[in-house]
Amino acid sequence: MPLLDVRDLRVEFPTRHGVLTALHDVDFTVDRGERLGIVGESGAGKSVAAFAILNLISRPGHIAGGSILFEGQNLTRLSIHQMRRVRGNRISMIFQDPMMTLNPVLTIGTQMVETLKAHRKIGDAEARRIAATRLGEVKIPSPDKRLDSYPHELSGGMRQRVVIAIALLTEPALIIADEPTTALDVTIQAEIMSLMLDLCKTHGVGLILITHDLAVVSQVTQRVVVLYAGRVVETGKTARVVQDPVHPYTRGLLAALPGEGTAGARLNQIRGSMPPLTAVPAGCPFHPRCDHVQDSCRAALPALEDLDGHRVRCTRARDLASGVAA
Amino acid sequence: MTPTAATTTTMTSPAPARDRVLVEARAIRKVFDLGSHFLERTRREVKALNDVSITIRRGESFCLVGESGCGKSTLARVMMGLLPPSSGEVHFDGTRIDGLRHKARKPFHRRMQMIFQNPYASLNPRRTVQQTLEEPLRFHRPDLSDAEVKAKVEAVMVSVGNDPSWGTRYPHEFSGGQRQRISIARALMVDPEFVVADEPISALDVSIQAQVLNVMMDARDQRDLTYLFITHDLSVVRHFGTRVGVMYLGSLCELAETKTLFANPRHPYTRLLLSAIPRVSTEEMKPPGLPGEVPSAMNLPSGCVFHDRCPLAEARCSVDVPAPLPQDDGTLVACHAVEEGRG
Repeated sequence: MPLLDVRDLRVEFPTRHGVLTALHDVDFTVDRGERLGIVGESGAGKSVAAFAILNLISRPGHIAGGSILFEGQNLTRLSIHQMRRVRGNRISMIFQDPMMTLNPVLTIGTQMVETLKAHRKIGDAEARRIAATRLGEVKIPSPDKRLDSYPHELSGGMRQRVVIAIALLTEPALIIADEPTTALDVTIQAEIMSLMLDLCKTHGVGLILITHDLAVVSQVTQRVVVLYAGRVVETGKTARVVQDPVHPYTRGLLAALPGEGTAGARLNQIRGSMPPLTAVPAGCPFHPRCDHVQDSCRAALPALEDLDGHRVRCTRARDLASGVAA
Repeated sequence: MTPTAATTTTMTSPAPARDRVLVEARAIRKVFDLGSHFLERTRREVKALNDVSITIRRGESFCLVGESGCGKSTLARVMMGLLPPSSGEVHFDGTRIDGLRHKARKPFHRRMQMIFQNPYASLNPRRTVQQTLEEPLRFHRPDLSDAEVKAKVEAVMVSVGNDPSWGTRYPHEFSGGQRQRISIARALMVDPEFVVADEPISALDVSIQAQVLNVMMDARDQRDLTYLFITHDLSVVRHFGTRVGVMYLGSLCELAETKTLFANPRHPYTRLLLSAIPRVSTEEMKPPGLPGEVPSAMNLPSGCVFHDRCPLAEARCSVDVPAPLPQDDGTLVACHAVEEGRG
């Protein structure tokens, strides 16, 4: 049984202009110790998926359907009180901006001890000892001293390390990281991502990495889900998806990346932009931007086609995969 | 680079030769004074630029790369005249332009334009696209009639792939990529020769980044633009740039032709940056060669600013500031180790 099993997840936001569906029938699983990437552009629904797992969708938005099974419980059915025992304890979350996550008026030690004591019956001294150990694990120099620092005394990279240490405090089974390195410089990004990769392996923690960066996903995760306009358009083993993408959107994203071979040439762009949720076209949501569009694409939403374990939401998936429609 | 027959014949006099220097920054220093604490005698200051010199030739796409706080945006702002340098000189097409009074500067403002990072902040939300695009033209070309201004707006909008009917709409009605294309159109309205683009695609989604880069490259080819392109993304540099300057903590480490820099990075910091570029690959992410972070510009390391992280550092590096020295292939490298052949 997978650690996390999300089935037919549907998230809706009622607005003055009608109900917006941010996620349509989204399925994915994470096994124990597995690293899953969720990629997509802004507005594709990546963060909504993460917030839905933790039951953090802000009102009037709500989970309108589907189930989220985690360690045998359906998270969508838990009471506020039961959910508190899961959130921040069995599932931790890391956000993009560490300055927004950390409380600026409390020392790092206070925040770490508070987190531990909220979930376990232990004393201050014991909590501090665990906190210092975790800071050491994320390679913060002189962790004992750092416990008495305030967030503003640390650099951006160090703050994100502290956030990772806090996420690891309660020995969670799953960490959800929402664009954890987007706000950081490239050299720091490489350090933080490789650190997270190491920690997930040594602690056997599952990871959901939410990002727009296909390069980071390719080097950190084992499986990937590509979202477009609130739907899964392609999912499978990361190596296969990045090397042999099938869906025209995934192909377009990978082809649009500037690389060694493209110097000076025009980049392959995907025309247009992702539609807002208020104006998702009928049929396949990608069809107005797709080079392989057929009449059937405009008529009905394609189902997720299974190409031995690699699933693609495209009517021409088999043609594209076999190279018939190049 | 030699002038091609096509460019020299179509140019009107005075013929701007392709390899002529268009913009030059000479020994720029910029210090931001943060004032002093009332109990302290010393004034706190940020040394944002320390003796940085670059020359940009006509037709080049010069890229400045470096991590946040390295001074790349400050250098661009000094060159644009948005900030006065603490010392040093900025020359544009043979004229010294830093310190010019407002009126004397105006013709240069027309010839140099800027595109900013965040298209949500750089467009006035209360103005229609038409008003935003007309303003620079009405300011710099008061001789144009209303009809001429309208025609020009339409022509520029079309040239960057925008629908001219957008004119009556407001910025909030557009997506990030569309807004950035409107910003590009605004910069191109007055037919500039030199465009500074400060992280123009960093705030955009991947599929949109390619669109905006293509628009900028088309504009370069159609209008013979010279770019100063500021970015932290080395894969964009490799795609877009002709020459690259690598900056670290307010100093220029290495300045090279793009191909040379990627094929043969010499400065240890350039090597670190190159090793950290995320690539689409099936290999697992590894930590970059050097740990540690950029120190604060309020408290610069002595000698070479990179010495406390540098694997090649020796005693001399913590004392002497290395000067950018030319190598065989014209690359400038500011590193004692490279100079002594230890690199």
